[in-house]
Amino acid sequence: MGDLWLPPESDIVMHKLDAVDAASLRSDIPDFRAGDTVKVHVKVIEGTRSRVQVFQGVVIRRHGRGIGETYTVRKVSFGVGVERTFPVHTPVVEKIEVVTRGDVRRAKLYYLRNLRGKAAKIREKR
Amino acid sequence: MTAVTNQHQRAVKGLLGEKLGMTQVWDAENRLVPVTVIKAGPCVVTQVRGQDVDGYDAVQIAYGAIDPRKVNQPMSGHFEKAGVTPRRHLLELRTSDASSFELGQEITVEAFEGGQKIDVVGRTKGKGFAGVMKRHGFHGVSASHGAHRNHRKPGSIGACATPGRVFKGVRMAGRMGGVRQTTQNLTIHAVDAEKGLLLVKGAVPGPRGAIVLVRTAAKGA
Repeated sequence: MGDLWLPPESDIVMHKLDAVDAASLRSDIPDFRAGDTVKVHVKVIEGTRSRVQVFQGVVIRRHGRGIGETYTVRKVSFGVGVERTFPVHTPVVEKIEVVTRGDVRRAKLYYLRNLRGKAAKIREKR
Repeated sequence: MTAVTNQHQRAVKGLLGEKLGMTQVWDAENRLVPVTVIKAGPCVVTQVRGQDVDGYDAVQIAYGAIDPRKVNQPMSGHFEKAGVTPRRHLLELRTSDASSFELGQEITVEAFEGGQKIDVVGRTKGKGFAGVMKRHGFHGVSASHGAHRNHRKPGSIGACATPGRVFKGVRMAGRMGGVRQTTQNLTIHAVDAEKGLLLVKGAVPGPRGAIVLVRTAAKGA
């Protein structure tokens, strides 16, 4: 007795489910944050065929962490604001391209919803 | 701790395990699946009951590490008879194919396969002394319209001079949770035989780290 008891090597993890999540995590996700303009290449299945649809817009939030993290992309299409929320690690997204880095002072850009035209433009980071 | 589950004339597979928590995975069609991860087994068979001796068919399984010094003499004798080291939890499962098991046999998650329907038995999270809205889903009293300090009260609990008492079984506030619960017809999303993990679609009773029983579904195909 007196020896410090340690759990087996396999049990020493920060979170118990990290090993389960690791299988679903993607490593090919570029760094991006709120304010950046991104092109999201979404796989769309129509009947038997599958094609890729590009959704380009401004990231207005990143939410959550780990396997459940999501981001929301907003664009204005024919005068109507459209927002799509994707899980960061979803296999539905083929790739994410960062078009521009935005210069913003908020983590959540909900104020963009109330702005239109030139006011809704985000300065590029330089 | 020996519990008897009432299932007759059916081959039942069961496994004790620890609920690790919930997460999410994607299936083959890229749909998001919420899963509960259960570290199940390995369990050992400590006793086999048969028609001739006991009058019914069942297997007793044991699970979990325990300090051998904490096991009392009768229990350590019981485990010695089965030829296994002492375990923390014991459970009896009624199953028609009990005779196919042998003492000391190890049962792992490989007893289950992906897509299979299962029941999960556990002890729900204790909620303490809970009011009727939380405990029984009562609607409470109006937030306005002159309601005075009775927003979460049950309202009437019976009539007046006839019967002159409150009927037995009227739902009121009290201790909530911390009871045995079976969640039926859950689907096994995947089995990780290497790590001994079961990924079960949906939620199962109990907090993380709780002991749960996974067994073949009582209902359905």
